[in-house]
Amino acid sequence: MAATRATPAAQPRFEPALMRRRLNGTLFYGACLFAIAILILALIALLLTVLVVGVPWLNVDFITGMPSRRPTQTGILPALVGSIQLAIIVGAITFPVGIGAAVYLAEYAGDNRLTRLLQTNISNLAGVPSIIYGIFGLAIFVRLLGLGPVLFSGAATLALVILPLVIIASFEALKAVPQAQREGAYALGASQWQMVRGSVIPAAAPGIMTGIILAMARAIGEAAPLVVIGAATFVTSMPQPFQGGFTVLPIQVFTWAQRPQADFQGIAAATIIVILVLIFVLNLLALLVRARLSRHIQW
Amino acid sequence: MNAAQAGSTLDAPVDGHTPPAQASAAAIPTIHVATDRGSDGAPSRPLGQTIVELRGVSCYYGSFRAVKDVSVTAAKHDVTALIGPSGCGKSTLLRTFNRMNDLVPSFRATGEILLDGQDLYSKSVDPVAVRRRVGMVFQKPNPFPKSIYDNVAFGPRVNGFKGNMDELVEHCLRKAALWDEVKDKLKQSGMALSGGQQQRLCIARTIAIEPEVILMDEPCSALDPRSTLQIEELMAELKKDYTIVIVTHNMQQAARASDVTVMMTMDTSDRAGYVVEQAETIQIFTNPKNQLTEDYVSGRFG
Repeated sequence: MAATRATPAAQPRFEPALMRRRLNGTLFYGACLFAIAILILALIALLLTVLVVGVPWLNVDFITGMPSRRPTQTGILPALVGSIQLAIIVGAITFPVGIGAAVYLAEYAGDNRLTRLLQTNISNLAGVPSIIYGIFGLAIFVRLLGLGPVLFSGAATLALVILPLVIIASFEALKAVPQAQREGAYALGASQWQMVRGSVIPAAAPGIMTGIILAMARAIGEAAPLVVIGAATFVTSMPQPFQGGFTVLPIQVFTWAQRPQADFQGIAAATIIVILVLIFVLNLLALLVRARLSRHIQW
Repeated sequence: MNAAQAGSTLDAPVDGHTPPAQASAAAIPTIHVATDRGSDGAPSRPLGQTIVELRGVSCYYGSFRAVKDVSVTAAKHDVTALIGPSGCGKSTLLRTFNRMNDLVPSFRATGEILLDGQDLYSKSVDPVAVRRRVGMVFQKPNPFPKSIYDNVAFGPRVNGFKGNMDELVEHCLRKAALWDEVKDKLKQSGMALSGGQQQRLCIARTIAIEPEVILMDEPCSALDPRSTLQIEELMAELKKDYTIVIVTHNMQQAARASDVTVMMTMDTSDRAGYVVEQAETIQIFTNPKNQLTEDYVSGRFG
């Protein structure tokens, strides 16, 4: 300090270098713009390819028809209904179990080694390839519990695939709720359960919703674990949760895309469009729910 | 320091006969100050009935003793201010009054903390029940991310309120001098209000559970002077129905708004907070018995 002070007054102690700083800022802005551009370009390329190939095949009969060996007569209704049923069951399992586990970790478990070990393991589970879950689902739900390769077995397996994602997202959302919110509820004579239900969960709800929706979109797009547990590729009857074969849209895409004929490429693309619309609708719904949940939140 | 000595500070004469300089020499090692119960002079105002009484209370975080051997009282319908430099354990002490420190796993309190004669830390006492009787307003306004109405209704709901909720919400918002500002937007978020309004909402929320004591932990430190004044006026109004204990770093606020002041400081040897003296506010600010108090309230220390 003394040395700095000793420098002659003539020598300036600050070098603003405004030009360089402005340039750095511009470069960083450019880099960020480039990053988002890559994403947008990839998305546009994907959408264009799919739309160009698939749109000519889209019509009401395609949506409401049964599959056929002839591409011009085939439909995706069983797969579409299968995907929707699957999504509902996956959501019904994931919602309570995922939030419950996250609330336990965030609000009830002590801050100790065991808890941290548990958290680390859940994070690791999120990185396990989904096909491994398929093998697990085959062993547990299909064989051990004897459910067979039915829709429910697939849904339970997919629920396991996305549970780690839901738990991690919900846990982070719960942890982001300021401690003052918990104290505020306690100070009014709330029990721990009332505090969690009335104060923490409402405050974390938008974040939890986001996590669940992202995870659900992933579940709707999964094919690999369902192939392993024995989902069918050609189903001509409506799926039922606990009996009979079932298929879902991604598996339809998978099987049709493998065919050499160009027409099947077309109906595969058309099916992809249906999946995208399904996910879009789900996200729109989530956006509305999220907006409603966060209308009072202004941190 | 025993309870009788602490209690006696309340009826100590305003014009203490011990010069501050002499008192401080004796007070630093022995802590207690006012031992001259009724020796001369009459109390400057009638004594209230004691509602909160601490007897030999020490607070620990793990093995660290944050507050040692505190014996103080708060009388019904008084505003009792806790003052003292940062880190002297004012907030820790305040948070024993409603067992808020139970949320800190390593926390432990010894001694007796009595609310209407009942020991709050006895095994048979449920902290959830304590907090219904002893409300708390925090340093930073912490409204819930709910509507204004639901913020006020939260406490009554969790405590099984059976009456007319609309009436209660209006009553509490009126009591907190907020009704006229929010009556047309009860469904809007409590978080959309200004800082001062948020703090009054938190006060409304607190009185909705009809507590006997309201604790305020530096309630104005995040507010501008105008909002601060509103809160102080509110306190003067609220003490007719409730007993208020307030922690404040604002000397003027303690002088303006409180009836009794408890001066705390930190023992430099073991970093534990202790009570220097408790006396009527006017005495603390005009004629303190202890040099430490005089230095602190006059701005020479802390």
